Amino acid sequence: MKLELRGITKRFGALVANDHIDLAVEPGEIHCLLGENGAGKSTLMNVLYGLYQADEGQILLDDAVQSFSGPGDAMSAGIGMVHQHFMLIPVFTVAENVMLGNESTKPGGLLDLEEARSKVEEISARFGFDIDPDARIEDLPVGVQQRVEIIKALSRNANVLVFDEPTAVLTPQETDELMAIMRQLRDEGTSIVFITHKLREVREVADRITVIRLGKVVGEAAPTATNAELASLMVGRAVDLTVDKGPAAPGDDALVVRDLTVTDLRGQVLVDGVSFSLRRGEILAIAGVQGNGQTELTEAIMGLQHRVHGSISLDGEELIGRSTRGVLDAGVGFVPEDRKEDGLIAEMTIAENLMLDRSTSEPFVKRGTLQLADLARFAEEKVREFDVRAQGIATRVGRLSGGNQQKVVLARELSRDLRLFIAAQPTRGLDVGSIEFVHKRIVETRDSGVPVIVVSTELDEVVALADRIAVMYRGRIVGIVPGDTPRATLGLMMAGETPAEVAA
Amino acid sequence: MSTTTSPTTPASAPETPAAPRSNQIMKEILGGSAAISVLAVVLALIAGGILIILTDERVAETSGYFFSRPTDTLGAAWQAVSGAYSALFRGSVFNYATDRGFAIAIRPLLETLSFATPLIAAGLGVALAFRVGLFNIGGRGQMLIAAAAAGYIGAYVPLPPVIHLVVALVVGIIGGALWGGIVGLLKARTGAHEVIVTIMLNYIAFYLVSYLLRTPGALQAPGQNNPKSGPMLDSAHYPSLLGPQYTLDIGFILVIVATIYVWYLLNRSAMGFQFRAVGENPHAAQVAGINVKSVYVKVMLIAGALVGLAGVQQVLGNFTGGFAAGLDAGIGFDAITVALLGRSKPWGVFFAGILFGALKAGSFTMQSAEGIPVDIVLVVQSFIVLFIAAPPLVRAIFRLPTPDGSFQWRKPVIARKAEVSK
Repeated sequence: MKLELRGITKRFGALVANDHIDLAVEPGEIHCLLGENGAGKSTLMNVLYGLYQADEGQILLDDAVQSFSGPGDAMSAGIGMVHQHFMLIPVFTVAENVMLGNESTKPGGLLDLEEARSKVEEISARFGFDIDPDARIEDLPVGVQQRVEIIKALSRNANVLVFDEPTAVLTPQETDELMAIMRQLRDEGTSIVFITHKLREVREVADRITVIRLGKVVGEAAPTATNAELASLMVGRAVDLTVDKGPAAPGDDALVVRDLTVTDLRGQVLVDGVSFSLRRGEILAIAGVQGNGQTELTEAIMGLQHRVHGSISLDGEELIGRSTRGVLDAGVGFVPEDRKEDGLIAEMTIAENLMLDRSTSEPFVKRGTLQLADLARFAEEKVREFDVRAQGIATRVGRLSGGNQQKVVLARELSRDLRLFIAAQPTRGLDVGSIEFVHKRIVETRDSGVPVIVVSTELDEVVALADRIAVMYRGRIVGIVPGDTPRATLGLMMAGETPAEVAA
Repeated sequence: MSTTTSPTTPASAPETPAAPRSNQIMKEILGGSAAISVLAVVLALIAGGILIILTDERVAETSGYFFSRPTDTLGAAWQAVSGAYSALFRGSVFNYATDRGFAIAIRPLLETLSFATPLIAAGLGVALAFRVGLFNIGGRGQMLIAAAAAGYIGAYVPLPPVIHLVVALVVGIIGGALWGGIVGLLKARTGAHEVIVTIMLNYIAFYLVSYLLRTPGALQAPGQNNPKSGPMLDSAHYPSLLGPQYTLDIGFILVIVATIYVWYLLNRSAMGFQFRAVGENPHAAQVAGINVKSVYVKVMLIAGALVGLAGVQQVLGNFTGGFAAGLDAGIGFDAITVALLGRSKPWGVFFAGILFGALKAGSFTMQSAEGIPVDIVLVVQSFIVLFIAAPPLVRAIFRLPTPDGSFQWRKPVIARKAEVSK
């Protein structure tokens, strides 16, 4: 089925999220929609899927104008969507999830589970998936869950399939498998829209590429275009994708973690007997697919986890048992992975956020009273130093872009005397320009002799920054390898396997 | 499934005392500008005017022949509303109708301030807790305990002048602080929701004080059978500010001091900075090393102390002849309205308290001069709350722009989820 979007415009108040976007997807084509976070990709797809109503423009399927008032209309017209966050019910089985919202019944209103099962089996067989229709969703790995989403869409005869950032939660191997599935679907005549901001994936699988920036189509590109070309289209200027980083000059061991175990309230083990050490002037990247214990590991170091066993010693001082205040006072700087939730207070000003973790002592507090003049001076200086783009230090942080917000967090953490710096997902959701800046500051911190931990799910970032790489899988460290380890090896490790050369 | 993979789910959620959902509601309520508060009052007065017209007898009579002589009805309606609101003004600000001189004419304003005194104190207590993200519905209980403590000292523990008053005041405030502190402690230690705890503590305080008032040797006046305390000793009375012909007493000075203190606390002190941080985003506050649990305890102690000041005002200022269990006179709950109308800012609360004091003072004149039931003022107050609680409604009526471009009512749930996790 041919999909065509003509002049789609969507406004939110004064913000134009989509500005006269034209897009045509031919049958049997993988069409990549490339753009930075906030470029308007997801808005466009939500318009297509009937979640938003466009202010202007038309959606055409096989040259017939459509009007969708909700996802139900879009689905029945043959549009399927695989969301970034799966829309599955964890306690239901595969067959139940596939029939959800589209239940067929036997006389008397009984659910016809048989039919759903056979549908699942039929589609699985067609694509060579190995999926048990009676397995419960929560027992399945993430990659398999995504296939259930695909089956769900196909079971409703979707001829246009939209994948919204599908690889964010996958290991590199699972990503490769997904790409194979996409190609197979294409060859059967399905039109595919693939939304992403990862250049490598685009070049690998796309037949055509449309680049969106600030709500507008800024150009088309062939899959043969280089990374640099695509990136400059996306950002609107030339970008340097490599991190300029000299060789590490590591000193003594600063942080030593031994047999660290973290459990949650239900007794489930989140971090399982992790041991590693980190030297001064070295970047250790912790790689792994989201949700394999990296978050809990950093939280344990920061005193934010409560059921922690083992030992974390920084320059010989034990950190376990200390409050978060105590850990910060020991000289640990922390960039949390979710800056909006954990790193900043949106309603407070830039200046106030810059003193957030120094609210008890000098220099900003004397005898219980805030030293506002000192704070203002400090904030002005940091805003300049970190190039935070804002009207002034009294601007609320919630009004800043993601990149500028992250600069505020970095400015706050890097302006203390650090003995350890932890940055979790430091560039998640940032534009390319800010990524360059953040990476530069992280390398500078290393070069000043501070031990650095970078937690990242982006392999590109890990490879760009790391002196050594620890790969986590299901709460354990699969192995610690040098920074120049090939991607394929890292990919295997992220799936829990220990390649021969690492084991040796 | 997105919950287990989503980075927004903190693994330690059950151990982090936080109320993100109610915070959101509060943010929307408190997010309104001063304009919203003023417009809400205007709307409420209009709505009250409509009610006055609908219940007015003259209007009902003349509307029988509305189509032959509509001017009669309209005239009657105008008379009813203007009469009511001018009586409200005479009773609350300045009695221009009297010919007994300025000293008498200005009495209503001082009456208003004296009604406003406990409202401001209790409103500050509620507002301060709001700023930390806590709904303090326990004003009544905190007032009662503070009043009982201050009242016991005031009535039964003779002490030298001045010292007596100070001791009674301090003991009362400590009583309120402890009663509030229990809430903070339970919230911090067990995660108990403060709304439920404060409501229950209201009952406990009420029956406890009722019991004490019925028990000879405790609070009951000696030789009495009524559940009522003995009169306050003279040395424990709040001194009058402007002489005995006015009701205004030193309590009003105390609430001005309290307002300045809360302003300093929130805007200039390190503790207040932590309060605001926890109120806006407890997760980020915790990650930044702020002890969220201790903040909950501290803020409830201070909030209880402020509400306690209102309780002390009642026994040492207003009911010096002895108090009963109904001494809070609904102030504990009106304080919530005052805090909302004042958008939980110290001076906002101060002026909102004066407005409510004016409504209370004026309502009596309205009843005696125009025969309009006092209840109409309660309706106006309720309308104010209603409009404050629905800023989008007020904005829609007055065509005000939404303060934040990103705020949309109709954003689909799925899209919202996706954004949150980004």
